[in-house]
Formats: sequence, C-alpha cells, structure tokens
Amino acid sequence: MSTWDWQVFCKDTIEAEVIPSCFGSGGDITYLDWMLSAWGWTLSVALLSLVVALAFGSLMGILRTTPSRGLVFLGNAWTELFRNIPLLVQIVLWYHVIPAIFPVLQGVPSFLLVVAALGLFTSARISEQVRAGIQSLPRGQSMAGLAMGFTLAQTYRYVLLPMAFRIIIPPLTSESMNIIKNSSVAFAVSIAELTLFAMQAQEETSRGIEIYLAVTGLYFISAFSINRVMHFIEGRVRVPGLIAAGGK
Amino acid sequence: MKLAKIACATVIAAAFAGSPVLAQESATLKKIKDSGSATMGVRESSGGLSFTLGDGKFAGFHVELCERVLADVRKQLGMGQLSIKYQPVTSQNRIPLMQNGTIDIECGSTTNNAARQKDVSFAVTTFVEEVRIAAKASSGITSISQLSGKNVATTTGTTSVQLLRKHERANGVDFKEVFGKDHADSFLLLESGRADAFVMDGQILAGLIAKSKNPADFKIVGEVLNVEPINIMLRKDDPAFKKAVDDSLIRMMKSGEIAKVYDKWFMQPIPPANVRIGLPVSDATKTAWTNPNDKPAEDYAKK
Repeated sequence: MSTWDWQVFCKDTIEAEVIPSCFGSGGDITYLDWMLSAWGWTLSVALLSLVVALAFGSLMGILRTTPSRGLVFLGNAWTELFRNIPLLVQIVLWYHVIPAIFPVLQGVPSFLLVVAALGLFTSARISEQVRAGIQSLPRGQSMAGLAMGFTLAQTYRYVLLPMAFRIIIPPLTSESMNIIKNSSVAFAVSIAELTLFAMQAQEETSRGIEIYLAVTGLYFISAFSINRVMHFIEGRVRVPGLIAAGGK
Repeated sequence: MKLAKIACATVIAAAFAGSPVLAQESATLKKIKDSGSATMGVRESSGGLSFTLGDGKFAGFHVELCERVLADVRKQLGMGQLSIKYQPVTSQNRIPLMQNGTIDIECGSTTNNAARQKDVSFAVTTFVEEVRIAAKASSGITSISQLSGKNVATTTGTTSVQLLRKHERANGVDFKEVFGKDHADSFLLLESGRADAFVMDGQILAGLIAKSKNPADFKIVGEVLNVEPINIMLRKDDPAFKKAVDDSLIRMMKSGEIAKVYDKWFMQPIPPANVRIGLPVSDATKTAWTNPNDKPAEDYAKK
C-alpha cells in the first residue's frame, strides 16, 4: 500500500499544486483552508442548534412537569414527535417536504433549516432530561415553594430549576457532544461542513485516509472541547452540600 | 538447522510469489484458474453503465462487457466453468478493494485519470463521458455562461464539483453551488426548483430525465464541459491479465459487438422500469473504439 502524503492539505483546490505556506492567497484556496472553513460550518451548525435545543428542550421539559394537563400534553406530544423520527429523515422533511407545502419557506437558507431540524430533534432529548431532573426532586420542594407564597413560575425559577439543572449537567454534556457529531448529517442538504468536505476532497485527491483522519481529529477536538467547557461549568456552579449530584 | 533452512526458503518463496512483478504468470489469472471464480466490482446506481436490478443482480453496459470478457478469459484458461461473483462497490472503496484483491475487475463508472493510474490499471477505454448541463426545458438556459449567479446542483463526491470550481475560476463566473447527497437527490433539487441547473455526466443526466415523472420538462443543454474516459478498472502491475481483457475488448470493438451491447443498454428500454435512456453513442466514444487506448483524462483535456 501507499505511504502517507500529508502534503495533500497544502495543495490548492484548482490545479492541485502544493503551495509552500499551505494557505492560499488571492482567491486560491488550499484543502487546508477548505477544511478549516468546513470546521467553521460544523461548529456554527452545532452551536446554533444547541441554543435552539436548550431553549425548546428546557421549555418543553418544564411544561411536562406542570399541574396543567394541556401543557403536559403539549410537552409530551412535542417530545414524542421529534424523538421518534430518524434525524436524517427530519432533515430531508425540513429541506424538501415542508417547503413544498409552505412555499414561503423556499427562500429560507438551508443552513437555518438544518439548525431548526437538528435543534428540534435534540430538544426532544433535552426535554426528557429536564423533566427527569425536575421529577428527581422530592415533591415537598415545590409544595414548600408554593406554601412560601411563590407563584408557580417563581417556584420553578427559584426552587426547582436551580437544582434540576445542576443534576442534569452530566447527561446535558453528552447531548451537547452528540450535537457536534450529529451535525454531520447537514452534508445531506448542501452545507459545506466537515463530512461533505471529507467526501468531496477524498474523491478529488485520492488521499482518503489522510483526509478522514484529519476530519476525525477535528470532530474529536470539537466534541472534547464541549466536554471540557461543561466540566468547567459543572465545577463552577456546584453548591457543596445542597444536592448529592456533582459532589465528589 | 534444517528446519530453519526450510522455513527461510519458504519465506523467500512466499515473498517472490507475492510480488507480481517477479511472477512469471499473472496473479489474477492464476487466482481465477485456481478458485474457478472471478469477483466483479459493480455499482448500485451508475446510470446505464452499471446498476442493480435488486436481489443481488447487476446489469448495464460495463457489466455485460465484463461478463463477455470473463467468458473469453475462461476460454483462454481452458476452464469448463467460471462463476462470477458480484461485489457492489462505491466511489470511496473501489480502489482499496481492487488493491487488496477483494475484486478482480471493476465494471462501473470509474474515470481513468493520471492520479488513479498510480494505484490501479485500466483496460482500453470503452466509454467516453461528456459532462453536460441539465435544466428545465422552460428555463431558457442554453449555455454555461447563463448560469452566473444561478443555483447549480451537483453531487457530493464527484469530479463535477471540481470542474465547476475550475470553470468559475477560468471564466470569472459565480455559481451558487448546491450539493445533492446522491444523483437522485441532485435531480430532486432541479425538479423542485432549488437549483436552476444540474451539472453531471451526460449518461447519468439522460437516465435521470428518462426516469422522471415528466421527461419532457427537462433538457440537456449547452456545451460539453468536460470529456472523461470511463474504463473497466484492473489491478496494477498485472500485464498478462490486462492483455487478456484488452484483447477481448478490442475483438468486440473490431467486430462491432460492442456497438450492439451499447445499443442494448443506452438506446433500448432497460429493466427494471423499462425506460429508454436514449443516449446515442458519442463521437468521442466511437473514436475510442476505432483506436483502442487507455489514455488518462488529462490527455483528453489537452485536445
């Protein structure tokens, strides 16, 4: 078999000639430039989706623990809808099917559609974690809050959620790392992210092993950075003795 | 001591046997003769060249040519029976699978270029692909120059992506590229209006249009953007096997047999849906048949 050829990243993407600095200039781009831009797309899709997922996931998770039956139903329906359809199918639905039904959406860039799809898919999973976090607290907690004269909203804000979110930081960490990896499905709707880069560049350069190794490395670095950030947050917000979770 | 000598001799013999350059006879021919079978690399969906009928069956222009070639190889080796195993491959794994011996002959839609010739070998050119533009008949698009600022679809993992980039650079035009994850997906982009044009190999476009709901809505338009030889792929450094395959193909080119096989797959209705691709044999392909050669795509670009 052939030997390694890491020079492939220094080649420009038009003439396939090696550029000494490895970075193109004056409109030329090298495979390294392209890969870094693809990494940027991966991170943008993943981080924006995470924001969407946290917002909707927390909201739906909270609704599912309220006394109102209607709100519980809404939260449950949301969670089951987005949890029971495969991610790739959801992406294709957002890209091809929904714009066919609502022509207004045809002008929406595929980037936003993919953020919506990935964000809402993950929101179902976060909603489940938030609900579990809140329900793991003794029922006396919310009763005590209400007995103190707090409204329901205040009980959630000052009593339940501060503890529930601390409890669910470990599964939230996994979910946040998953979203980086799941963002690879965005290649299906023409986002020039890392997986699309890998598929295309390996075809053009015939150096698939080097390309895939580099892309694997970037995915690992991205997911692991999220892990470290979450670990830092977990340490900073820990309240010694308040709840068992997070104590070491 | 004696045991060590024998072991040593065995190792040396094995090293020599494993090296195709030093071997007197072809490793692939020997493998075919010893095992009584040959493994053909095929594609799931490469237009009329190589495609699946479902149920583990494969067909197409290149698949039939390879079946005829292997029948000639069987006669040459004086074998009574030769069973053909079909192994589906993708554009990502076809070269590694050829190098590691999983497949003996690849009959799909592999472009013969200089980069690949470092890793594998190609039989004489049997098909010359022309990269073209498909657009809606009602769009009024007739040339690549009209695509400036338009959405142009192509499929991820194909050489057309690189070709579009080169065109943008050379002619100072600016396309908005959209990438389909496979050819069917790219065609859907064109059909649904997300893309104004779809740039791809002519025979793939012709096949997709033939199979679409309303074939009259789409047209293949404009100039030929690129010409690429599509060859049957073989293992590198096995000249005896390459000669056997080339001799068989050249015989079919001289006798006109290849033109009949072409007609069957590109001009007549083909399974599974019984639609006609309707792509007459191009002048470039005819030239390749009259002057058999295995020149890479780079030589075509110079012309």
